[in-house]
Amino acid sequence: MRPFKYVRASDPDAAARGVAANPQAKFLAGGTNILDLMKEDVERPNELMDLTRLKLAEIKPARGGVSIGALATNTETANHPLIRQNYPLLTQAIVAGASAQLRNMATNGGNLLQRTRCQYFYDTAMPCNKREPGTGCGAREGLNRIHAIFGWSEKCVATYPGDMANALYALDAVVRVSGASGRERTIPISDFHRLPGDTPEKDTNLQHGELIVAIELPRSNFAKNSYYLKVRDRASYAFALVAVAAALELDGGTIRQSRVVLGSVAHKPWRSQEAEAALAGKSASEESFRRAAEAALEDAKPLAHNAYKVELGKRAIVRALMRASKLA
Amino acid sequence: MNDDFDETSDPELTEDEEALLAEMPVLTGVGQTRRTFLGQTIAGSLGLFAFDLLALEEAFAALSPSPGAVAAAGPAAENFMEVVLKINGATKTLKIDSRVVLLDALRERLGLTGSKKGCDQGQCGACTVLVDGRRVLSCLTLAASVEGREVTTIEGLAQGDELHPMQAAFIKYDGFQCGYCTSGQICSAVGLLEEARRGDVSHVTEDVAVTTTRLTDDEIRERMSGNICRCGAYPGIVAAVQEVHSGRETKHTWRFVDEEQLARVRKEEADEAV
Repeated sequence: MRPFKYVRASDPDAAARGVAANPQAKFLAGGTNILDLMKEDVERPNELMDLTRLKLAEIKPARGGVSIGALATNTETANHPLIRQNYPLLTQAIVAGASAQLRNMATNGGNLLQRTRCQYFYDTAMPCNKREPGTGCGAREGLNRIHAIFGWSEKCVATYPGDMANALYALDAVVRVSGASGRERTIPISDFHRLPGDTPEKDTNLQHGELIVAIELPRSNFAKNSYYLKVRDRASYAFALVAVAAALELDGGTIRQSRVVLGSVAHKPWRSQEAEAALAGKSASEESFRRAAEAALEDAKPLAHNAYKVELGKRAIVRALMRASKLA
Repeated sequence: MNDDFDETSDPELTEDEEALLAEMPVLTGVGQTRRTFLGQTIAGSLGLFAFDLLALEEAFAALSPSPGAVAAAGPAAENFMEVVLKINGATKTLKIDSRVVLLDALRERLGLTGSKKGCDQGQCGACTVLVDGRRVLSCLTLAASVEGREVTTIEGLAQGDELHPMQAAFIKYDGFQCGYCTSGQICSAVGLLEEARRGDVSHVTEDVAVTTTRLTDDEIRERMSGNICRCGAYPGIVAAVQEVHSGRETKHTWRFVDEEQLARVRKEEADEAV
């Protein structure tokens, strides 16, 4: 690991100012991803701003919904009564990820910022436009079993690997961030992560030095009928090959509105407006779910080794919607 | 390390290795030249591993090995800082490079080698310790970031000669073979007990809106999935955790040999030898 200066932030504004002033500085929260990447020499900050003593961990009712502190841990968030009762989809997504130890460390803000698990990104002997812009993409013509089937570019075929964010997309979350000037702004979760395009080195639309202070969830009508399904190579403690965050608002047996978000298929959580349009006004049945799943995967563009994700994605959507509607 | 390695007989270095050698920093305080080190490393087929070892040696080379002592900053280490750690109830002041993770501080500086380094990147659980009662991975925790927090390692679980119930249960149910993952398994299981008592949910919890504090074996398996055991001692581990959690004994399908049986076997063997 390369040497870095360790600074313990005293308040959020000072933290944002400190990082904004140094282009090579990074925030440190749970450390579960950045320290790993620093050991691998993928991340090379010369300064770490430790946020863990900041008072940004509160989970509280706000504007009819809930505000979740950026520094609340994944464990605290998943198990908070407000989340378990009102947003069980979020609880399910969080506990589907990582291990108990990692969830005890990982914060919500850091979880949004976790980087891809593409093997070419992790291996500094390999080309990677995300790690070293301009060096090429090792995965495009390489081993790309875990990679994207939507939204990729010739520059990058990596996926966003997380679970929590998939649920946040389904729940229309808003990310509250604070800049170096102390000015706050909000970013709808759907605008938070980026597609790779020509700049895969940028995972999100945060400015350097902008600090996530909270994630806000609006009131939700999905608590009764939602389900998070994660498909992976082993039953626990592995990243998703395909994940589905499914949520339904039912009126009797009729679908009033829905959310279908696919995880680990693109550079960001992939909300399928096509599936949601196919479900609107239909009766909750395996037949409608199948049509929605077909619509969701229609425009998928698999790579050499991940065509399986297309069929897997369809079946995962049907299964998740069956569970969400309690038909299975 | 091989003490009688002949430094005069140059190992055969390729052009790339010569170039690497030229770029390497000088090792301080490890009692050998960088050429010897590289030679030995190549001789041991560890060429690719050399950079990791070097980084580690650099970080620790200049440090005092005596636990609790404040060491002088050496030339190879950078960004030194004084950190006050609370480990198993004792306060320890360390002067460390900011890069030092909790696991290395425990093992290399404080002589607490119970916590193990498996993968060193958060994938195996061997380094699990408790920080303020919660299980975390010490390999991905900077020592500096836990200043003032209560750190409990495997060495801090027993009360004098009395084992922690989880330690005793691991022995009772044979919850290990080689033992390398065991300290992490036990610390993790102790953290799990408190999570269960609070009513925390897991990936296999049927309805997350309902609070239950009784764990099935499936719940225990899922909640312990962050601790990998390559010997495959999982059935014993689940039985041990279940007994401490619920008081429910798992029926042994085997039992330890008792003194009488042992004496009988020894006598038979002695008779055969005659």
